[in-house]
Formats: sequence, C-alpha cells, structure tokens
Amino acid sequence: MFGKLTLDAIPFNVPIIMGAGIFMAVVVLIVVAALFYFKKWKWLWTEWLTSIDHKKIGIMYIILAYVMFLRGFVDAVMMRSQQAIAVGHSSGYLPPEHYDQIFTAHGVIMIFFMAMPFMFGLLNLAVPLQIGARDVAFPYLNSLSLWLTVISAILVNISLVIGKFAATGWLAYPPLSELSYSPGVGVDYYIWALQISGIGSLLSGINFFVTIIKMRCPGMTLMKMPVFTWTALCAMILVILAFPILAATLGMLLFDRLFGMHFFTMTAGGNMMMYINLIWAWGHPEVYILILPAFGVFSEVVATFSRKRLFGYATMVGATVVIAFLSFVVWLHHFFTMGAGANVNAFFGIATMIIAIPTGVKIFNWLFTMYRGRVTYSTPMLWTIGFIITFAIGGMSGVLMAVPGIDFQVHNSLFLIAHFHNVIIGGVVFGYFAGFIYWFPKTFGFKLNEKIGRYVFACWFIGFYVAFMPLYILGLMGMTRRLNHYPASTGWHPYLVVAAIGVAIIACGILLQIIQLLVSIKHRNDPDYKDTTGDPWDGRTLEWSIPSPAPFYNFAVTPEVHGIDAYWETKERLKHGSSAKEKPHYKDIHMPKNTAAGFIIGMAFGVFGFAMTWHIFWLAGVAGIVIFATILRRAFDPHIDYYLKAKDVEKFENDFANGVRHY
Amino acid sequence: MNTHTIESHDHSPFSKDVFGFWIYIMSDCLLFASLFATFAVLHTKTFGGPALGQLVEVPYVLGETLFLLASSFTYGLAMLSVYRSRRNNAIFFLILTFLLGLGFVTMEINEFVHLYLAGHTWQSSAAMSSFFTLVGTHGLHVSIGLLWMLILIIKLFTERDIAVATSRKLTYLGLFWSFLDIVWIFVFTIVYLIGAVHVYA
Repeated sequence: MFGKLTLDAIPFNVPIIMGAGIFMAVVVLIVVAALFYFKKWKWLWTEWLTSIDHKKIGIMYIILAYVMFLRGFVDAVMMRSQQAIAVGHSSGYLPPEHYDQIFTAHGVIMIFFMAMPFMFGLLNLAVPLQIGARDVAFPYLNSLSLWLTVISAILVNISLVIGKFAATGWLAYPPLSELSYSPGVGVDYYIWALQISGIGSLLSGINFFVTIIKMRCPGMTLMKMPVFTWTALCAMILVILAFPILAATLGMLLFDRLFGMHFFTMTAGGNMMMYINLIWAWGHPEVYILILPAFGVFSEVVATFSRKRLFGYATMVGATVVIAFLSFVVWLHHFFTMGAGANVNAFFGIATMIIAIPTGVKIFNWLFTMYRGRVTYSTPMLWTIGFIITFAIGGMSGVLMAVPGIDFQVHNSLFLIAHFHNVIIGGVVFGYFAGFIYWFPKTFGFKLNEKIGRYVFACWFIGFYVAFMPLYILGLMGMTRRLNHYPASTGWHPYLVVAAIGVAIIACGILLQIIQLLVSIKHRNDPDYKDTTGDPWDGRTLEWSIPSPAPFYNFAVTPEVHGIDAYWETKERLKHGSSAKEKPHYKDIHMPKNTAAGFIIGMAFGVFGFAMTWHIFWLAGVAGIVIFATILRRAFDPHIDYYLKAKDVEKFENDFANGVRHY
Repeated sequence: MNTHTIESHDHSPFSKDVFGFWIYIMSDCLLFASLFATFAVLHTKTFGGPALGQLVEVPYVLGETLFLLASSFTYGLAMLSVYRSRRNNAIFFLILTFLLGLGFVTMEINEFVHLYLAGHTWQSSAAMSSFFTLVGTHGLHVSIGLLWMLILIIKLFTERDIAVATSRKLTYLGLFWSFLDIVWIFVFTIVYLIGAVHVYA
C-alpha cells in the first residue's frame, strides 16, 4: 500500500534530525495559525498562490531563496563545526552517514533552491520592467515554474524527516549513486527534486527567452537593451540548452535504479564516466547561468551609482555572449583526472583559460565606469566593489586550476572548494544581494536600511575571507573535500578553526540581514525609507520610470525608447527644454487572469515525486491524473484574460500621483 | 470591443506562442542529443551479448518508418483542411494520422516485446539499456502526441466551425509531429541502419 514507506523511515532516535523536524513543524504551524488568526487564507490564495503577476512571482521566488539559504547555511555551519572539532581522538558530533547527507544537501540546496530561485526572482522583478513589457510571455507557465521549484525544495526538506537524503555529494556521481551502493531513498529524493525543479527552470528559461526576444517596447533594439536583460537573455539560452541534458542524465540514473538498466553501473558494460561527462555538460553552463545575471546586476549598479553610462556597453554585451558560448566547451576541466589524454586535457585547459579574457573585459569595464564617475558608496555599490576584488582572486585560482598538471594535484581538495566558493559567494551571492537591495524599493515601495546594510556587507566580506582563505592553504596541504574526521598530525586543525570563525562572522552578517529587513519594514513609511518618486537611486533604465511599487499593469502607457539608458535620456530631455509633460493617452490593457492551475500542478508534482521516491505507484498514478486533468482543463479554458479599461488605468495613475495606493 | 483601442504588449500573441513552442522543440532536441550521445558511447557495450544489428530487423523497422512518414503527410493534409475551414475533412485526415501513428507505436511495442521475450531486455547490457531508452523515449513522445491528437479530434467534433484556439493547438501539434519525424530519421539511421551495416559489412 505504501511502497517502501514505513514508520521506520522517520529517525525518531536521532536528536538533531528530530529537532530540525520539530522546528520545521513549529514554523509551519505558526504560519498556519497566523493565517487563521488574521483571516488571511483568501488573501494568500487570491493575491499570491494563484497570482501570475511576474512581480509577485519574483517576490515568492526570493522568499523561497532566502528560506532555503538559511537551511543551506545551517548545513554549512554543521560541516564547519564538525571539521573544527573532529580531529584526532574526537570524532565530532555528526556520524559519517549524517555528515554525508549534510554536504550533499548543502550543495543541492545552495545551487538549486537558493541560487536558482534567487536568479529567477530577480529576473521576474526586473526584466519585464526593464524592457517596457506588461508581463512575461507566458504568465501561467511562470507561475507553474515557481510552484515546481517550491515543491521540489519542499521534497528536499521532507527527506530530512521522512527517510534520508542522498549521501553522494551534490552531483550524485555513480557508481556511488547506483542502487547497489545507495540502496535507500536518498538518491531517489535527489533525482525527483532535481527533475521536477529542472522542468520548472526549463519552462522559465523558454519563458524569459521569448519575453526578451518578442516583448521589448518599441525602439528597444537588441543593442539598446539594459545589460541586465542582456545577461538574462544569455543565461536563458544556457538554460534552454543545458537543462534538457540534466533531465536526460538524471533520467538515465533513475532508469538504472528503477528498471535495473546499466548506463552507469559497474557491471554489464555501464560507464560511469558517461554520467560525469553529461552532468558537467549541464553543470558547467549552470554556473554561468547563475553568474551572468549577477554580472548584469553589477553593470546596472555600477552605472547607476557612478552617475555614468556603463563603459563599453558593446564590449560588455560581447563578453557576455562569448562567455555563454565558451561555457559549453569547458566541461571536462571538472575531471581532468579522468585520463582523457594530454591533447584533450590541453584543449579544455586552454578553453577554460580563455574565459578569463571576456571576464577581464567585464572587470575593466566596471572599473572604467567608476573612473571619473560621481560614485555613491551605497550598499549595492559596496557589494559590487567587494565582488570585483573577491571575484578577481577567485578567477585567478580558477585559471590556476585550468592547468591540467596543477589540477591533478589539487583535484577534489579543499583548494577547489575554496575556489568555487570564492567565485560563487564573491560573484553570485554578492551580486544577488546587490540586486535585491537595488530593486527592493521598486518591488516594495521602500528602501532597506543603509546603515545596517553596511554592517551586513562588512560581516560578509570579512567573514568570507576568514572562512575560505584557510581552505586554499588546506587544499595545498593535501586536505581532500568531504572529510568527516582527520588525524591531528596533519596539522589542518588550526586552519579549520579559523574557517569556523569565518562562518561565525558570516552568521552575524545573516542575522543583521534579518534585522535590516525587519527594521526597514517597521520604518517603511518614514521619509528616509519611503520611495515616493519611483526613482530612488536616480536610475537609468525603464523600471525607474514607473511608480514604486510597480502597478500590476506595469506601464500605463507603453514606453518608447531611443537609446541605451532610456529613462536617463528622458530625464535629461525634461531637464533641458521640453518641460511640460503631455497628458498621456491611456488605452485598454490586455491582462491575464489569475489561475490556480500552476499551483495545483506544482503540488501534484510534489505528491508524484514523493510517491515515486517511495515506490507508492498508485499514488503516483493519482497525482499523474491530477496533473494531466489540470493541464487539459487549462488548455481548453477560454476565460484566461480580460481588459483593464483605459479609464481605470487613468484613475490608478491619478491616484498614485495624489499619493493613494491601490496595489 | 473595438480592437483598435486595445493596446497589447505584443501585436501578435500567436507568433509569440509559436516561437515559444519552437524553443521548446529546440530544447527537446537537446534531450534527444544527450540520449544519442549516450547510445553512441554505449551501443558496443553488449556485455557478451549479440550486437544490436543482429537483433533488429531493418525491413520491419522500415515499415514502421513508412507509417510515421505517411502520418506526417496526412497531418499536412489535415492542416490544409483546417486552413480551408473544412472541419469534416480535417477530422478525417486527423483520424487517419492517428491510426498511422498508432500503427507505428504498435509495431514498436511489438518489436520491444519480441526482444524482451527473446531475453534481450534493458537489463541485459549497457547497449540494450541505451537502445531501449533512446527508441522508447521517441516512442513515448509519439504516444503523447497521439493522446493529444485524440483530444483535439474530440474537440473538433464538438465545434461546428473550427475555433481559432483549436486551429492553433493543431499548429503546435503539427510542429511537434514533424519534429518527431525528424528525430525518427536519426533514430532509424543511427540505431538501425548503421547497426545493420556493422553486422553485415
């Protein structure tokens, strides 16, 4: 009846897991109780769960990213504290099988359920507004993507309490991830969570690609697009090309486990290096999917806060495109040790080093933008400067490892861990934080506290260096990754203690981020915080030309652009000469209606993934029927849109001018 | 409502939808490309079993192929009828397409069953795993297309004139169907023909 699922799947005897489980249950109960107490169920359903407004979907993506970020960070704290104490005779507080799940969960969560949702969240918040569009191309698919991502994150968290998560490392290399070596449900949770969220990412990729190609406002040619939109476009091309490879690869691993096939097994002719090639053919573009939009954020921030047009717009676009292309021809550098031969390794080594060139172009462009600009050191700018320094270091260690001979020495050592955290935290995380602060007023109508924001940055910046620089040294000393325990004679212990202190400093930064958010919400109506103009940073691109928070229809009148930095040019024109604004001519606006279909399909996919993990096939069948029926119903539903009348648009706009908000 | 007063962000939402569908097809190509790449690496890893070329009958699969190609032709005729708003003709050609597609899937299942009963299953070796997965994934796509076609045929029966929404859905299905044809050409060539050449050459 319940497949492999029995009560034994819940580890009642493991206090850490039960504590975490009870904590999650308490949080859920508090949220549910609050919804009842404040009678907010209807509000939650109509305003959020069924919403297909890209701005709200963006907010929900970022909430998911922050929640999962906390979970992933707790995993990091546990690993660092375990390694700081598990030396010599002490074996620490985490048994190996639990520790292995923790480093797997940390990687999976940070990439798939922190970075990816954060990226799609920022895209949702900014891209349609930057290109003067009313929504994304397929609003309902956008909602579906969100819920597929959310439910996959929930699946990963369920695995904490019911059963186990994979103990294989974040890419689940076979043969370890095959049934013979991982007989439990951990890898199945992994496969289904990634498969379902992968569908969501792929749909989002198509959605934003079509949005950017087809829905730019009149006058915005490709070479007049804001750079963030350009980087989003390139990242989405990578999503469309890379995620099908992930789906196929995980599908084959699933078939090995479910049907007893032999793609990657040790026996019957299977070839596990095939998996490792395929997974990195997705995995390498994936890291560029994450970093390119971060580059875009920095480009917007650096131009805005230097009060200058971005230096070398065309080269910035060119560098982005070149990086996107090169990301597909370097995957083998993740396993030079495979032994593909000197020529193959040389090709991939050189291709990898070449990526440093367009990246260098970008860094110089940002620096030259600041050169002789009127730079304001507000928090997004601090993150940007922190990024430029940190990323340059991380990039150099990357070029170092692109030399196959050196890579043989440091492969799978903590040197590698230090390198990729150096570029992912210094690049992706700093970038998304900068973007979050930058677009926060556009999304919510008030700014985040600047002073606390500076402390947040200081904690993160210092904490990062304290936490990860020792790892470079440890790697060169020969410490491999994913160690649960090590002898004292290695001499690693002092460095691991320093690294743990670094994590504590970062923890302070995270705590301050939460305080910053709460303080800012409390003071949201103070003049220092409230964004009454819609243009708090003296911005350059179209999203700053509309009120904050952006109306649900985005633009009352479709803008027309004539150059890069369209809104900046409009402001300049208004300053010199043509002073009197014409009364805008409003028209009816075609709007999509909210739909529950995305939410229902997402939840049903969650049940499907859970049922398949535990081999409860009847339940999987039921969930499959629900998914199919919902898709069908939506496909033949004629009532999916409506028209917002011109006079209503006018009323909304006038009310806003008089300080009244309806949204 | 007077359409001139409507301001839509895209003046041809249909072109946006078709474009999106094209992009989906491109991504599906990558899915098949991954499976083809795996097949290329693993098809010789028979683990002591017979080579794939010895197990498949090319003339039989050629018959299968002709079914699928013919179904694309009849689908084209169905679309011509849709463009001329001839509902009954469209239904007739769609049913014909459906039957041809069903014939293809049935023949494929029959082939799989024969292999299975002869002891050549997806568990036999890496080569057989990659064979069943590649061919089976295509077969699954065709089956989903057939299900979709069946739904649209039923939908057409309920409409006196072909609704715009239905004709668009038929356009998407047409793209999908042609795409599956093209993928099959590669499957036929790479899996069956080259496999046979290896054996008989």
